[in-house]
Amino acid sequence: MAKIELTRIPFIKNALKSRYPQLAVFIVMLIGYIFAILAGLIGTPVGSHNFSIVFVWIAWWAILILVAVPFFGRGWCAVCPIPLPGEWLQHGAVLSPPDKRPKWLNLRVPKMFRNIWLQNISYLLLALFSSVLLTTPNITGIVLAAMLFAAIGLSTVFERRAFCRYLCPVGGFIGLYSQTAPIELRIKDKQVCVTCEGKPCYNGSSAGYGCPWDVFPGGLTKNTYCGLCMECIRTCPHDNIAVNLRPFSADLAKPSTRMDEAFKAFIMLGSAIVYAGVLLGPWGMFKDAAYNVGSSAWFIYAIVFLAIIFVVLPGLFTLGILNTKNTLPLKQRFASLSTALIPLGLMFWVAFSLSFVLTNASYILAALSDPLGLGWNLFGTANAAWQPMLTSILAPAQTLALVVGLVWSARTAQKSANEAGTSSMPVVIYCFVATSLMLWLLL
Amino acid sequence: MRFHFSLLLLVMAGLAVAFVPLPVPAITPQERTFEIDAHQFAYSPSELKVNTGDTITIQLVSADVVHGLYVYGYDISVEADPGQSATLTFVADKPGSFRFRCNITCGAMHPFMIGKLNVGSNSWLYRSIGLAALAVFGVTVSKKPKA
Repeated sequence: MAKIELTRIPFIKNALKSRYPQLAVFIVMLIGYIFAILAGLIGTPVGSHNFSIVFVWIAWWAILILVAVPFFGRGWCAVCPIPLPGEWLQHGAVLSPPDKRPKWLNLRVPKMFRNIWLQNISYLLLALFSSVLLTTPNITGIVLAAMLFAAIGLSTVFERRAFCRYLCPVGGFIGLYSQTAPIELRIKDKQVCVTCEGKPCYNGSSAGYGCPWDVFPGGLTKNTYCGLCMECIRTCPHDNIAVNLRPFSADLAKPSTRMDEAFKAFIMLGSAIVYAGVLLGPWGMFKDAAYNVGSSAWFIYAIVFLAIIFVVLPGLFTLGILNTKNTLPLKQRFASLSTALIPLGLMFWVAFSLSFVLTNASYILAALSDPLGLGWNLFGTANAAWQPMLTSILAPAQTLALVVGLVWSARTAQKSANEAGTSSMPVVIYCFVATSLMLWLLL
Repeated sequence: MRFHFSLLLLVMAGLAVAFVPLPVPAITPQERTFEIDAHQFAYSPSELKVNTGDTITIQLVSADVVHGLYVYGYDISVEADPGQSATLTFVADKPGSFRFRCNITCGAMHPFMIGKLNVGSNSWLYRSIGLAALAVFGVTVSKKPKA
């Protein structure tokens, strides 16, 4: 399938070039985000009746993992409200054209942090406390507020969106999985960028800001670090930026060789497996251990969780590829071949989320009418009874998601192995075993 | 042409793995009673195994707060007050693996208070693993994509 340039359609191009549609969505999102913080802090402590839990961890999560990431990649980042207040503060403006004088420290992020290790750590910090985070409104409120203030703080110290690019716990995995999405922002003609004076897409101009994600669009080859903020469409004086529809997982044809990205794939794969067992499994002792933060059982849970992610999964993977005939160093082979785990991990999350979301979606109606759990009945749905949805198709849908993920990963493994000049079989077998484990946990 | 034929064969094999009826051993249905202790946020026992056609009686005993037990697929439920027991009786006429979970808000981890009811063998799991194996076979024997 060839690429289709969506920005050739005048309506789409105008909507992306104008700041107003995006601003309108941003404002709605920011209001919702601040309301989620308040609901978490002052609303009912009963999670299933609190807006912060129901709308963040059920509604938003469903949209993110089942729709936004698979089909729009970093589409969520394009409308995420978290960096907004910090960015407005950094620019000293909401919409008006920027002046070049920095308003704050405007430092460059130190080189040692210009990778996604901090995002891996911030994700894991939340993941280890996820049983509490997912179920306790005031903890969700505190974490949402902390992310907002961290983004503001980093915007006053560092240039551009340092929080989004290097610290956001969600942005890390969205970036990883955005490589599979059938949408991309790319330049049309490389030569135009080579001869372009001043590189306004990166440095900014009177038409807009330099790339907030610290990416030079002329060098974009994958979606991972492009936040789809559309600034470059506004600043490019040569109309050389396009948003394209493309085949799924086009970015994975060129495997990454970065260890931070490789470990991100293992972190996401491992946490999907752990959550499927702990949260959706029938074993009460695992739930107790995950929920009772600070207890000795929780420390054992945390150690096992980290061991699965950093030792067991990568260790078995390494053992599998150890004896494949190849001249590439093992580290490079490891990073390159782990690209195959990206579609597998995404579909693990889809299968896990289907169960979690369909079971709990009926809470949305009640929380809509009584978001703080204060006895309101705004839309007459406050007393809607809990009822799981579509349970008859849940298991077949999960099987379909996991088998599609396995095929997708096996194909990706073949491409990565071709690229690395080695056999794909160990990776394919690894993916099959992981899929069988996930099937056992979910079905 | 050959590719399309192979694909057709694989799809047919996949449909067979997913849907062809398997022989079910003839087992005389029995009456089975389970006492399930419910406490925040687990059931004990949390896994029940019965044969298709068995008449199941669940005595739900709540140890702390009000708990419920809702059986997916059967769409039936029971509630037990603290220190009390309540009874649910039904015929396990649908084979497969079904989750059951608390349907009365009972605390923070309530959404994850889950157990498992296996009626007969969990054939969908085996079929799913079969489909996964078939998919791997299909990908492996098909032409490798160019880098």
